[in-house]
Formats: sequence, C-alpha cells, structure tokens
Amino acid sequence: MSSTNRTVVVTGIGATTPLGGDAASTWEGLVAGRSGVKPLTQEWAAEQAVRIAAPAAVEPTETIPRPQARRLDRSAQFALVAAQEAWQDAGFTGKAGEDSSVAPDRLGAVIASGIGGVTTLLDQYDVLKEKGVRRVSPHTVPMLMPNGPSANVGLLVNARAGVHTPVSACASGAEAIGYAIEMIRTGRADVVVAGGTEAAIHPLPIAAFGNMMAMSKNNENPEGASRPYDVARDGFVLGEGAGVLVLESAEHAAARGARVYAEAVGQGVSADSHDIVQPEPEGRGISHALHNLLDRTDLDPAEIVHVNAHATSTPAGDIAELKALRKVFGDHADHMAVSATKSMTGHLLGGAGGVESVATVLALYNRVAPPTINVENLDPEAEANADVVRGEARQLPAEGRIAALNDSFGFGGHNVVLAFRTV
Amino acid sequence: MAATQEEIVAGLAEIVNEIAGIPVEDVQLDKSFTDDLDVDSLSMVEVVVAAEERFDVKIPDEDVKNLKTVGDATDYILKHQG
Repeated sequence: MSSTNRTVVVTGIGATTPLGGDAASTWEGLVAGRSGVKPLTQEWAAEQAVRIAAPAAVEPTETIPRPQARRLDRSAQFALVAAQEAWQDAGFTGKAGEDSSVAPDRLGAVIASGIGGVTTLLDQYDVLKEKGVRRVSPHTVPMLMPNGPSANVGLLVNARAGVHTPVSACASGAEAIGYAIEMIRTGRADVVVAGGTEAAIHPLPIAAFGNMMAMSKNNENPEGASRPYDVARDGFVLGEGAGVLVLESAEHAAARGARVYAEAVGQGVSADSHDIVQPEPEGRGISHALHNLLDRTDLDPAEIVHVNAHATSTPAGDIAELKALRKVFGDHADHMAVSATKSMTGHLLGGAGGVESVATVLALYNRVAPPTINVENLDPEAEANADVVRGEARQLPAEGRIAALNDSFGFGGHNVVLAFRTV
Repeated sequence: MAATQEEIVAGLAEIVNEIAGIPVEDVQLDKSFTDDLDVDSLSMVEVVVAAEERFDVKIPDEDVKNLKTVGDATDYILKHQG
C-alpha cells in the first residue's frame, strides 16, 4: 500500500458529450464519424460572430432530479452523469463503504474544469442586476466554485482520500487524470474517479473566444466547421459535456475481480513558457512533455500505435503538436494513427482531456482508431509529420500489446500527455 | 387581499415542491422544513425569498431561524402580510 510505483488500470468509463449521453453512444458516434456541431438558435446568438457550437446530446436533467439539478452548475451536472456511469461501469453497487469492495478513506475524486461555474456566475449577475440582492441564489457559491464538480462527485461516491481540481485551461481534464494516476501510484488512494467537465455555451464565452479569433466562424456549415489539419481550418468549435474514468491500482482491481479496460501507464507534463495563448510553433514544450513521459514510465515507443491528438482546428496549434511527435518519435511517427476527435465533438475545453481519455481507452480496448472528419485538403505540414486517420475509422493491430497517447494543451502553455496501453 | 391560512399552506407547498421536490400533499402545518421536507439551510433561504414575493411580506434573517415548521411560517405570514 505504501509502494510508490504501483500499476494503475482503468476499470470504469463514463461520458456525456455532443455525440451521446453515455460512453457507448459517444464511441459509436466517434467511430461512425458523426459531427455533434449544430447552429446556435438561441436569441442571443443572432448578434454573435460565432453562431455554432456542439451542445450535449442529452440534457443532464433527464437523469438528475430537478431539486438536485437546480443547485448544481451545468458543468457539475455533466460531471455527475459521467461519474455515475463510470462508477457503475466499474462494477460498484453503491457508494464507497456501502459497497464494501472499496473503502472511503482509499477513494479519491479529481474532476477538473477549465472555467468552472461560469454560466451560474453570469446568470446570477443578471439576477442581481434585474431583480436585486435578495434574489441572488444562496446556492451561487457552491455552484460557481471550480471545485464544485469534483466535490459533488466526491459526495456521490463518498471519496475521503482527497478531492482535487487542477486547473490548466484546456489541459485541465488530462491534468486531473494524471493527478489521479499519481495518487494511486504513490499509495494515497486505491481508486480514483477522475476526468474533466465543461459547460460554457453562453454568450459571454462565445463572444470572448470569438473576439480572440480562436473559434471557427463557419456558421454556414456547422458540421464541417471543426476541421483539424485541413488547410482551411479557422478555429475550434465550442463543445460541452464530461468524460470520467475510474482508475484503480492493479492489485485492487484484481482483488475484486474488476474488468480492466487498459493500463494507465502515466503522464508527461511540461510548460511552454512561450506565450499566454499562442502555442510554441515548433512544439518544443510538447516534445518536452513527451520526453518526460518516456523517461518516467516503462512505455515502449514502438508499442504506441495511436494518438488522440489535442488538435482543436486552429492554424498554429494543430501543426506544432505533429512536429513534436515527429521530433520525438522520428520514423515511428509514420506508424502512429493520429485521430482528432474534436472534429466531431468540438472542443470541450477542460472537459476535453476527460472525454478524449475515454475515447483513447476505448480505441485500445476495441483496437479501432476513430477518424478525423472534415479533412478535405490535408495541410502539407500535417502530412509530412504524421499519419492522420481521415474519413473513416481504422483498425489498430489486432494482436500484441499496443499503447496510445492522449494529448491535451491549454492556454497558459500547459502540456499534458497521458499514456494508456492494453493489458 | 390578505391570504387565508389555507392559501398560505398551499402556496408554501408549491414553493417547497419546486425547491425540494417534496409532493405538495406532504407539506402540512406540523411538518418541519429541515427534518421532514428536505429543506436545508441554503434552500430555506430560497423558500423565504419565494414566500416574501408571493405573500408580500418581509421576513428578516433574524426571524427565519424561528420558522421551524410549515405552521410557524404560516402564522408568521398571516401576521405580517401586507
């Protein structure tokens, strides 16, 4: 229990995304190459330069009772839906303690969000201005605090080993999973529920990201707007939802006879220290993260056959990542099937690392790499540096141990690479 | 026109149903907000604000702690409604 180098495995998955209300429907959508991007039809959207987004396919209130939902920010609602699915999927029949196979003191929760309860904050400010002080909801603080989703998931499963919320913009979800892996590896916990969530489809974030020139304005073609690696890519499409894994020490999983989807091999982390929002164009920081991953784990680079890329569909970021893969892996980069699933889900910001870890684990488990859709004219710089899975899903090697990476990078220069492999 | 006791209980029942999801028929004069109706301290603030609006009454924070049951709240509103 006090070991500092324990093997960590994935025993449960859950997701609610623009493609589906659970992990199975999300995966089915990814493999089919379905887009979750839609026109924004709300009244406020009319004056926006960006009038497209990828809303959750299933409203969280379909499963969360109304009295509970009205005191949860939408980001916490998504986190609870995904965490509940992952927890049941891992085979737990009740919260820790009620189900005697996991002790509350040995269970953690690490759920991240990039922005936190932003819609609560903004909506309650509207209430303050329009209806006065007395009408501001007494639930506002626990709803808007960025650790709200993590704390609510902790309450859901009765996690007492530690509840945490790393924040690193669009790398937040991946950082949460990396943090959880370390909690188990270093013996602080036996089981950790970890992932990312985001709910920021609201006029202010849309206007703000739009004014940064970070988002696609391809309003005429919503389903074709998120187009990583295409020469005409013009920014990301905002998505919402959550993705959650149940991570567990291999011994603990074996002792309770749990199904194991994959091994969570570890993380590679770095910071660009280049610019507050622009990625370092040659992928220096990303290369550093990849080297850290290879130096600190027993990952065999030859086993890496798939990368779920960060690739948000921005001109600079998509290529910097592929350059780093080429720089670090050399010729082997030609044998890594690169998938940009944001072409289908849009960009879930702090939720991305969670949802894409679910996708990466399922890619290994099913030995299938999802496609990158909307690539009509592949950017020559992408073609020179990577093997992008375009159009249709691709089979991964049917035999032998294989590994995959999930990259996530955030405004601020945060780089997190997670590695998983088959067991 | 001032609300009757019956109207106040019915109104509180609708408010408690909206906030805590308790069936309206379970909201009776002798029921405790916290022990019987799943109304915690934060939700009680919501109940009070909704009741103030509905019955045109001011319920200062220092009086809220004395409103343990639906009957307490009903009596308070009967006495203070505008």
